[in-house]
This record gives sequence, structure tokens and C-alpha cells, in this order.
Amino acid sequence: MPSAEIMLAVIWLGVTAYVLFGGADFGGGVWDLFAGGAERGRSLRGLVEHSIGPVWEANHVWLIFVIVLAWTGFPSVFAAVASTLYIPLTLAALGIIARGAAFAFRKVSTQLWQQRLFGATFAFSSVVTPFFLGTVAGAIASGRIPPGIAEGDLFTSWLNPTSLAAGALAVGTAAYLAAVYLTRDAQRDGETGLSEAFRRRALGAGAVVGVLSAVGLLVLRADARRLFDALTSGVALPLLILSVVSGVASLVLLWFRRYLAVRVTAALAVAGLLWGWGAGQHPWLLPGVRVQDAAATSTVLNASLLCLAIGALLLLPSLWWLYAMFQRSQSEEEPVSSGESG
Amino acid sequence: MNAAVLATAATEADLGAARMQMALSLGWHIILACLGVGMPAITLLAEWRGHRTGDVHYRLLARRWARAMGVLFAVGAVSGTILSFEMGLLWPGLMGTYGQVIGLPFSLEGIAFFIEAIFLGIYLYAWDRMPPIPHMLSGVPIVLAGVASAFFVVTANAWMQQPTGFDTVDGKIVAVDPWAAMFNPATPSQTVHMILAAFMVAGFAMASVYAVAMLRGRRDRYHRLGFLVPFTVAAIVTPVQIGVGDWAAHFVASNQPVKLAAMEGVFETGRGVPLHLGGIAVDGEMRYALEIPNGLSLLAHWDPHAEIVGLNEKPVADRPPVNVVHWAFQVMVGMGFALLALAAWMLLGWWRRREIPGTAWFLRAASLSGVAAVLALEAGWVVTEVGRQPWIVYGVQRTADAVNPAPGLVWGFVLVSAIYVLLTVASVYVLRRLARDRPVPLAPQESDVADYKVI
Repeated sequence: MPSAEIMLAVIWLGVTAYVLFGGADFGGGVWDLFAGGAERGRSLRGLVEHSIGPVWEANHVWLIFVIVLAWTGFPSVFAAVASTLYIPLTLAALGIIARGAAFAFRKVSTQLWQQRLFGATFAFSSVVTPFFLGTVAGAIASGRIPPGIAEGDLFTSWLNPTSLAAGALAVGTAAYLAAVYLTRDAQRDGETGLSEAFRRRALGAGAVVGVLSAVGLLVLRADARRLFDALTSGVALPLLILSVVSGVASLVLLWFRRYLAVRVTAALAVAGLLWGWGAGQHPWLLPGVRVQDAAATSTVLNASLLCLAIGALLLLPSLWWLYAMFQRSQSEEEPVSSGESG
Repeated sequence: MNAAVLATAATEADLGAARMQMALSLGWHIILACLGVGMPAITLLAEWRGHRTGDVHYRLLARRWARAMGVLFAVGAVSGTILSFEMGLLWPGLMGTYGQVIGLPFSLEGIAFFIEAIFLGIYLYAWDRMPPIPHMLSGVPIVLAGVASAFFVVTANAWMQQPTGFDTVDGKIVAVDPWAAMFNPATPSQTVHMILAAFMVAGFAMASVYAVAMLRGRRDRYHRLGFLVPFTVAAIVTPVQIGVGDWAAHFVASNQPVKLAAMEGVFETGRGVPLHLGGIAVDGEMRYALEIPNGLSLLAHWDPHAEIVGLNEKPVADRPPVNVVHWAFQVMVGMGFALLALAAWMLLGWWRRREIPGTAWFLRAASLSGVAAVLALEAGWVVTEVGRQPWIVYGVQRTADAVNPAPGLVWGFVLVSAIYVLLTVASVYVLRRLARDRPVPLAPQESDVADYKVI
């Protein structure tokens, strides 16, 4: 049933885009949390806000996209995951509300106490949300969600070694990607000090994520042996190697301040991990449930894929325009009439 | 009391909690969604007038509305996200079986929402980077995608009222025609009714802000225009909406007779059934209602002697709660006609003196129009959703069979409610500060427009 496989691949592309773009927006919030007092952290927070402001809502839509495609393409799997994991998913949803609303509120607030209150909410929920989403990933990866509705354990399904490691890895990855992207954003705006600050953070976070990934592999070895075997000796090994090589290359590139190139390698390192997991778990979605067992009827899959293909023709140029517009080297204050020189 | 009884009781409490949580988060989001559909169009209208006439008042209005829109859209985006979570968290029985049947409109809605979010980012953040005409053009996709999103989402709800386009064998879906499911019989009237409602809510809500300011003595051009632009949009839509409402009611009368019976509190099947105004259902009987002879038969089927099916035709377990549905319907219709009267008042004043009616009573009424439109919106959704009970998918799946059987949903509801209280307080506070932190000058100048940063 190839359309089910295509749908799964499209969902996984959506997950990847959400991690690479939406994840980095959460990561911005993580750095906001650790930026220090109001005065000391002002410029760093300003850059985070400036960078994620125009794009976070569009980046956020990837998540909605993944959710609706999951229930369209694999309805029983969606129901099993959502019903068993309703605790971490409710907490993640509340985190999403707090993050987005507080970010918008802080932007228009003028008084320091308001900015502190909304800023703290934004930053705290930016750490919490990816953690809970990570525990959900860990629950699926370690095969703790049986098919059926609310058949799994409400607590141990997401409070287990793999979930906790995945939660920590999600937060670390978000922070790492954000730091990598922000080095370049700061450099483009001529903020050398900030650029250096984020370079240090990116190097540190990169090292931490590397260690977390290694620990994660050891956890998988004990907790989810099938996935571990696939990653270390099976079909997923090339993707794991890609991830490790890209991760090391990123550290080197950061060291030599090649901020544009490191965006690509950092994204590859993360994407390699995600696709390694996907390849390692394939074709099993849940224990005893393969892709073809859970797939929607082919009419639904084909209709949805056709609409997505047509939609992509609208979406991809629009997304490109959005990113291109706010990645251009131009200071905020520059008026329209002065002419843009790229 | 034995354990089995306790377990059943817990499930009923959880079902109630799940329904209340869904009602709370949907009822909250739908206000933001209406503003998200209507506000960009009204803002673009002001921006366009400002561009054509060079009038600083229009241009300042557009900028200030856009700034508020940025906040409202963010809150709307995240409050909409939790709904997609809740579809699975609260109703896995629905999604696990029928997710694929209603998947297509949701996929399309995902694309539409993507377009909306992308162009909103461009429209708001690039306001001062783009020349006026390209900038206004960048706002057009927001309006189109907003209307399209509303359409797609409501088709999924319409399917829950009129489930079509699938075959089941032993409770398992074996064949789906996703287009037939999307374009089910309820889709035309329900989607049009909702999209028009969005423009009414946005228009009256925005206008009522300026009606309040005018009551407080700010009757300058800026505030008059701030009232007139959104009010005109809403006032034009209102009579159309009443016609569409009639269409939707006819549809319900023909296709969901039990819902109509609950809306009108009709228990006995009969011909020449009166219309009930007010009243309360007690022990299977409508009491204290003002009866208009043959009114319901006439309105529902254009025939004073038409037959209306009563609730008694169905076992009690298959009936929706009558008083809630009946009163919600009364409130929606009452608010709709009150807003129509307000629009007529405005038209009369404009026709006679080319001016907003000068009496404070008009402004008082207009300052309540936003609340009235929201009440009508919420009441309408209560009619649609409570009137469908006990079914989640009309005639196919019961709500009780769709709910997540995991224990503790009550606590989830408590937590979500607490967060929504905070979210409501913060949203109202921030929007009020937004208006007050930078008061509108008495006579806005060019510099006041240029200095007002949208973002």
C-alpha cells in the first residue's frame, strides 16, 4: 500500500519541519529563561524576540499539520496515542497556549513588571512544552502504547527512561538549534557581541546534546532493544552516522564561525536522528500494528495527498517568501523609501 | 455501593468533564476565530480607504487594529491548537474510527491556516518595509485563507450532524468517500451561517469599542470612523444572516427533526404546531410559553398545517436536553433581531442626516452590540452541539461511546479551566493596555501614523 507509506513520509517531513523550525522557536525561549536579569538579558532577549516574532506562528502550524494528518492517515494509532498519553499531551497543549499567548502579550507590554511576568511565562513554557512532547516521542519509540483506546499505562507510558531521555533531548535540541540560528541572525544585524554569546551557547548546547544522544542510545539499549539494534546495526545505522558526522561538523564550523554553513549541518544532525528513529521503528507504528494495519482507506489517503500536493504549490513559495523577507540584512528602523540593497 | 456503581459514576463525571472542557475551549476559541476571520478584512478596508484618500484617521485606525490583531491572532492560534489535541485526548472513540472520514477537510484547513499564519507574519511585520499596494495585497490571502479555514472546519462539524460518505461493517470503516463526507447535506447552510457570523462578531465587537469611546465624549472623526467601518460591515451582513439562519432552520426541520423539536420544545407530534416564545419544559410539557398559533409549522415548512415531529417519538435516552437547546435558540434569534433593529436604526439615521444617530441610546445599544453578537454566536453553537446529543455523530455514534475511558478527566478539566481563566484575564488586560498606553491624539497628524509601530 504505497499511499500509506507516502502519507507516513509526509507526516515525518512535517515532524522534521516542526522540530527544525518550531523547535528552534522553543529554543529561543530556553535562552530567554537563562538570559539573566532584565538589564543584562535585554539585548539577548531582544534578538530572540526579533528573530522568532514574524515566523513562530507559521512554524507552529507544522504541529497542527502533523496532528491532523495523523488522524487522517492512521486514525486508530492517533486515538491510541492520544488516549493513553492524555496527561503529557494536555500539559504540552497548555504549554503551547502559555508560550504563544505570553510571547504576544510581552511584545506589546510597556512596563517592566508586565514584561517580566509574560516573559517568565513564555520562557518557562518554552522549556516545559518540548519536554512533554519529547516524552510522547519516547513513549512511542519504546513501544509503550498498545493499540486500542487508553489501553496503556497512564503514567509509566511516559514516565520511563526512554521518555525522560527523549524529553531532555528535545529541550536540548531546541536550545541547540536556536543558538545556531541566532548566531547568524545576530551577525547579520551587526551584533558581534551577541553573535559571540550565541556561538558559545551553541558550542555548549551542541556538546550537551551530543552527550544526551549518547546517553539516549544507552537508555534505548536497556529499554527499547529493537530500536537500539536497528540504529546501531540495522537499516537506521547510516542515518545515525549522518547525524553524528553532521553534529561533529557543526561544532567545527561553529568554532571557525561559519554561521551559515552550520545551519545546514546542525539541521542535518537533528534530522538524521529523527529519520534514524523513523527508519529504525518502521514498519511498526505501535506494538503489533504495522503501517498497513492502521492506514486509512486508500481513497482518503489519495485525496489527502492530492490536496497536500496542490497545497504545497501555494505553501512552499509563501513560506520561502516569509523566511526570505525576514532573513534579509536590514535594520528594523529603515524606512521603505530608502531603497533595499539586499 | 459496590465498585461497579462507583466506576460508572466516575465515568459519567468524566464524560461531563470532557464535554465541559470541549465546550469551554471551543467556545473560547470560536470568539478569537471569528475575530481572526473578520478583523483582517475590516482592517484591510480601513487601510485601503486610507491609501485612497490619504486620510490619517483611516491609516491610524488600520495600524492600531493590526497591532491588536497580532495579539488576538496569536491567542487564537494557540487556543485552536488545543482543540486538535482534544479531539484525540477527549474523543478517541470518535477519531479512532471516523478520523479518516473527516480528515480531508482538516488537512485542507491545515493548509489554509498555514497560508493565514504566513501572510499574517508578512502583513504585520513588513508593514513599514513594503509599499502600500503590495502590502495590502499581502493581506488578501489572510482574509481568503481565514474564510477557507472556517469553511473547512465547519464542514467537519456539519458531517457530525449529517454523517455521509462512508460504509461500515461490524463497526469498522471499510470504504470512505471523503468528498461526500465533506460536502454532506448540512455543509452549505452551516458553513455560510458560520462565516457570516464571524463577520458579525468581528464587526459589532470592533464597533462597540468606539461606541463606548463616543459615549465618553470622544466624537471626533477618528472615533466616528472607527465605529462606522466595522459597524457597516456587520450591519450589511446581519439581514443576510437572518435569511441564512432561516435556511439553516429549515434544514434542521427536515434533517434533524429531534433537534428542531428540542429547539422549540415540541413534545407531541402534530399539525399546525404553534411557535413557542420563552417558556420552560417541565415533565414532558412546555409551560409558560407565549404561543403563536401555527407559527412553527409555517416557519419550519412554509405551510401552516405542516407536521412537526415531537420529542415523544424518541425514547428519553435519545433526546437532547430540551431547556438548554430551546433557550439557546431563543437567545440566538433574539440577539439576531436586536442587531437587525440596531442596523436599521443606523440606516435610518444615515439616510436622514448622513450621520450616526446622535442619541446616547443608540450608542448605548451599539456598545452592547459586540456582546450581543458573541452571545448569539455561543447560543447558536449550543443549539448545534447540545441539540445533537446524545450523539457525537448524529444517529451513528453516541458521545458516551466516544469519550476517553481513562480515569481523571475531571482533573484535566479543572486544570484547563484554571488556565483559561488566567488566559482570559491576561488577554482582556493586555488589550485594554494596548488601547490606553498610547492614547489617540485629538487631531492625528501624519507623524502619529508613521510613529505608531504595528509590531
